[in-house]
Amino acid sequence: MMMKKDYLIWIAIKTGLLSGVIAIFLCLIGMVEVFSKRDVIEKIITLGDFILLATAVSAGVIAARATSNPEQQKQPLKNLIAGALAGITTGVVIAAFIGLSQQINLRSVFLSASPSLFDLLTFKGGTNWIWMYPAIGMAAGLLGTILFLLPEKFRQPITRAIFITFLLALFSGLFRVVMINQSDNIAKAGKYLFGQTGLTLSGAIIFFVAVVSISMFWSAESTNLQKGFARIPKKGQTGVRVVVFAILAYMVLMLPQVSGPFIAQVIVIVSLYALMGLGLNITLGFAGLLDLGFVAFFAVGAYTVGLLTSYGIFGLQHVSFWVAVPIAVLVSMMFGAFLGLPVLGVRGDYLAIATLGFGEIVRLLAGSDFLAPFFGGPQGIIGIQKPCLGTLGEFVRVDVPRICNGLEFAGPKEIYYLAVASAILIAFIALRLQRSRLGRAWMAIREDEDVAEALGINLIQTKLLAYMLGAAFAGLGGAIFTVLVGSIFATSMQLIVSINVVSLIIVGGMGSVPGVIVGAIALIGLPELLREVSEYRFLFYGAALIMMMLAKPEGLWPSQATLRELHHDDSGEDSEIASTKSSQAKA
Amino acid sequence: MRTSLGEKILDLAVSGFLWGFRILIVLIVVLGTFLTIRAGKYTGEQWIDFLVFGISQGSIYALIALGYTMVYGILRMINFAHGEIFMSGAFGGYFIATWLTVIGFMDKYPVLGLIASMLFGMLISTLIALLVERIAYRPLRGAPRLVPLISAIGASFFLQYTFRGFFGPGVYAYPSMKALEGQWNFFGIGILKVQIVVAIAAFIMMAILYSIVMFTKIGKAMRAVSENKDVAALMGIDVNRIIVTTFALGAAMAGAAGVLYALTYRQVNFFTGFTPGIKAFTAAVLGGIGNIPGAMVGGLVLGIVESVGPALFLDSLGIPRPYQLKDAIAYIMLVMILLFRPSGILGERVSKKA
Amino acid sequence: MAVILTAKKVIKRFGGLVAVNSVDFDIPEKSIVSIIGPNGAGKTTFFNCITGFGKIDEGEISFEGTKIHRLRPDQITHLGISRTYQNIRLFPDMTALENILVGQHLFLHSSWISAVFNTPGVRTEEKMALAEAQRLLNYVDLKGKGDMLARNLPYGAQRRLEIARALATKPKLLLLDEPSAGMNPRETEDLTAFIHRIRDELGISILLIEHHMRVVMGISERITVLDYGEKIAEGTPKEIQSNPRVIEAYLGRGASTAGMANAHERFSESKSKSG
Repeated sequence: MMMKKDYLIWIAIKTGLLSGVIAIFLCLIGMVEVFSKRDVIEKIITLGDFILLATAVSAGVIAARATSNPEQQKQPLKNLIAGALAGITTGVVIAAFIGLSQQINLRSVFLSASPSLFDLLTFKGGTNWIWMYPAIGMAAGLLGTILFLLPEKFRQPITRAIFITFLLALFSGLFRVVMINQSDNIAKAGKYLFGQTGLTLSGAIIFFVAVVSISMFWSAESTNLQKGFARIPKKGQTGVRVVVFAILAYMVLMLPQVSGPFIAQVIVIVSLYALMGLGLNITLGFAGLLDLGFVAFFAVGAYTVGLLTSYGIFGLQHVSFWVAVPIAVLVSMMFGAFLGLPVLGVRGDYLAIATLGFGEIVRLLAGSDFLAPFFGGPQGIIGIQKPCLGTLGEFVRVDVPRICNGLEFAGPKEIYYLAVASAILIAFIALRLQRSRLGRAWMAIREDEDVAEALGINLIQTKLLAYMLGAAFAGLGGAIFTVLVGSIFATSMQLIVSINVVSLIIVGGMGSVPGVIVGAIALIGLPELLREVSEYRFLFYGAALIMMMLAKPEGLWPSQATLRELHHDDSGEDSEIASTKSSQAKA
Repeated sequence: MRTSLGEKILDLAVSGFLWGFRILIVLIVVLGTFLTIRAGKYTGEQWIDFLVFGISQGSIYALIALGYTMVYGILRMINFAHGEIFMSGAFGGYFIATWLTVIGFMDKYPVLGLIASMLFGMLISTLIALLVERIAYRPLRGAPRLVPLISAIGASFFLQYTFRGFFGPGVYAYPSMKALEGQWNFFGIGILKVQIVVAIAAFIMMAILYSIVMFTKIGKAMRAVSENKDVAALMGIDVNRIIVTTFALGAAMAGAAGVLYALTYRQVNFFTGFTPGIKAFTAAVLGGIGNIPGAMVGGLVLGIVESVGPALFLDSLGIPRPYQLKDAIAYIMLVMILLFRPSGILGERVSKKA
Repeated sequence: MAVILTAKKVIKRFGGLVAVNSVDFDIPEKSIVSIIGPNGAGKTTFFNCITGFGKIDEGEISFEGTKIHRLRPDQITHLGISRTYQNIRLFPDMTALENILVGQHLFLHSSWISAVFNTPGVRTEEKMALAEAQRLLNYVDLKGKGDMLARNLPYGAQRRLEIARALATKPKLLLLDEPSAGMNPRETEDLTAFIHRIRDELGISILLIEHHMRVVMGISERITVLDYGEKIAEGTPKEIQSNPRVIEAYLGRGASTAGMANAHERFSESKSKSG
């Protein structure tokens, strides 16, 4: 069936209008202006230009997709018309926006509609140049359509290359700094590829070409490679695995030395969130108990270590970190039971809000003047002794740190090892628990509490254990956090932390241990690395959460059950087909 | 019986703990109240001040809570972005109120100006809520419970930082309305005008909403959908339209609440919605989530306890600056209600099933 | 024959409604006993009372001499009562094997600490549990389906898996709530044979709620009839078929004069249609 022509035009214009509105939105929230100070490719295209262009290009892609009939062959002419039209419309909308801004003062409402934004948009030429927008828009729209029209074999490598090059450009400052600190040759290469604010032109071309060729090679040869690997004898396979593992381990060990404190710190924070995530993954992912006050256990771990090791006025015992950590974990566990007990009978969303209340109560009490004599109130606890491998000097007096004779975990570069090791250890424990009798009991409770009870599972015991172990993991995270920061303030125990933890385990894949790690990297690590555009961190965060739920609600790394389900959906159908066939044969 | 000793001890510990917790809280409340009243530190007038502030604050909570409760009633989802809808109403009201003040309209016709600000705030928040529903919630209907919750959290962040992008991180001071300054005297007791106006406006809004839900055709359809979506659809109700209407109504209430809240505190910024949003959700649960009168009662109770509680329960127990703990009191009350009556003040007993 | 379960004057109320009214009831050891009655007669409520889902208001229930009406469901299961559900309640996102393993929970004793260290004790225990689960899968004719998610199993297989899960708790008394619901005549026949097998091979007493009269009459040794929460008749299938009060309860006053056999046919037909 042929599509009507006016229908095609309408789709294209609608797409263009929408992307134009998005472009205006990006201008009005100030993103275009802020991003124009960063480059994607130095001296060629700024990040601001890039996101504006991206709207028009994606308008082209969407218009082309919407106007092609999936059952028929692609219709290049029609798609090209639609793509170009969508691009032009986007340009017209932006041009209209610029024109409007010359007439009325948008700034009286929108703070970001500043003169400098319009200088940028008009190339400092008033309205003289705005006719360029439809033209650029058309070019971008056509580009998008061409991308869409390319055969799969080329399209995938190219989109992948654009995406990866863009990511590298975003983090180029980071890579540059890291590489410049290495040997001369690496430093030279770093300067050649990465500029101050974005990729150099040569760097961009090199990366683009490299990704395209690797990706095309892989898609052509991956099956052969896998077969080749399978042909290696069993021993050889294990050997390859061991080597790969050793290389990975070496990289993990060397990373902070190479990368410097900033990246180490980011990884520490990711590990701490991973610890909390692994904890919540037990209560929520395994046992299905939605806890929105999870930060409370983190706080308990942090305060316990703080009170036990601080050399400030609130320090109680001046024990070493290594003594304090097991105590902190135990105290968190007890606290998990303490908060779990009252809500044993509460289910579903009521549980969520009750635990949210607990989290807030803990934060408010810890930061109040009422308990200030114990927890420092708003002033917090400062002067927390750093962990020390070796002998720790005697406690002299308040506010004087004890001397460490040996290796002191003073900054992120050292605490990195502590945090990563803890995260790996806890992930291992979580995996073991998941596969144990207890893990099955938790999942049974998650699936159907009543039936689980009727099968002989003691709900009180099992749920309490979930709360306690979850709390223990989070408490360990809190303990490490304390020594990283060197102080504790109740204000760092905000509700937002709990919300982040819930989000990361769902984005990672609920009930999946590797998913927690992936979720922590995606939701905590990436935004931390993008500190430079920090104003828009949470905007991206929010958008990413929504898009993730729309596109991939099972998470980035779904649990095995979900994978099995996907796998078995086919085989299940097969078996049903088989059974119907056999019954037909009987008939 | 083959139960082990450990299990028996655990059982005992559970019930002992629960009762201990309840008794402790009741003891604090009773003792604190007794001591405070005996000490006579506060005058009757001050108590009335607390109470009126609580009612005015509580009526705002109630208005926001209505949106949570209606959406929950129909979709069984926590609309986490509702606090931001509320904030967008406050911003919408800000721009109209400022403009009306600048052109001098506000001083001449304060009531009309106030109504205009509220209407515009409601319009803005309704539009935003409909957008959010269309983009972030509608495609997720029928997904597992946590999926729309995360999407809502995402929407909440997105809206907050969109407003931060639009209007910057700074605090916008609401224009001062001469008509709302000062006090009115009732039987010799001075009460701030703002608080009375806010409470009255909130109650009018609640009455309007309640009559829409109870007495109009669309209200009846809403109630039917919240009872059972499938059956309602079989009865020829356009469920989609009802859901959209519910979001719109809830958002309008939140928008009005936003303007009233900003009138009380005289300021608004992109983060304004967060805490009242959480509080209002607490109020909705307190009253029994899904239950419209429950949200109103829950909001009022929360507002009053927050305002009266610190002075009444804690002051005389020797706790310094009890006002720091007003939120803690609110949450402790919430936990208590969930323990004693897991379905909230007016709710049906559904929490065990949910 | 010894009695395994006794209920004395059991009363269960929901607000003003008396769902189970002063019911006396016995299950002899190793017997197959059925409860029948019109919809809303309180059969499932009575089941729930036995398994501890709902606490009874008056009377007492004892199992092998132990009073169980104040115990939690998991404790009752521990004593040896297990059940299935009218509308299948498997753990849908767990595999068939895992469903059965959950049923074995009571007989596994490894603590979480030993599970973390994966001690030899844990490993042998898990191995034995897996073998037992496989055995049960085979027993209910689900060999090779162990890795499928419960929700992806065909309907009949889900019913059987639910029974296997109940058997995993090693019950002495098995409560089946409408096991034949939604089955075609052929599957129903298999089920009847299967229930017999469970009793004969494993020596488990069986209490059955069933609407399908052919099943009930075919396998029950005793039948109890409930109507509006009250026991209106009790006896062998023969006695029940000719009991005028039963016919009245099912078909209304006046119908008792009609031929009982016909009435049964009509009844079971209408049931299987609606089911």
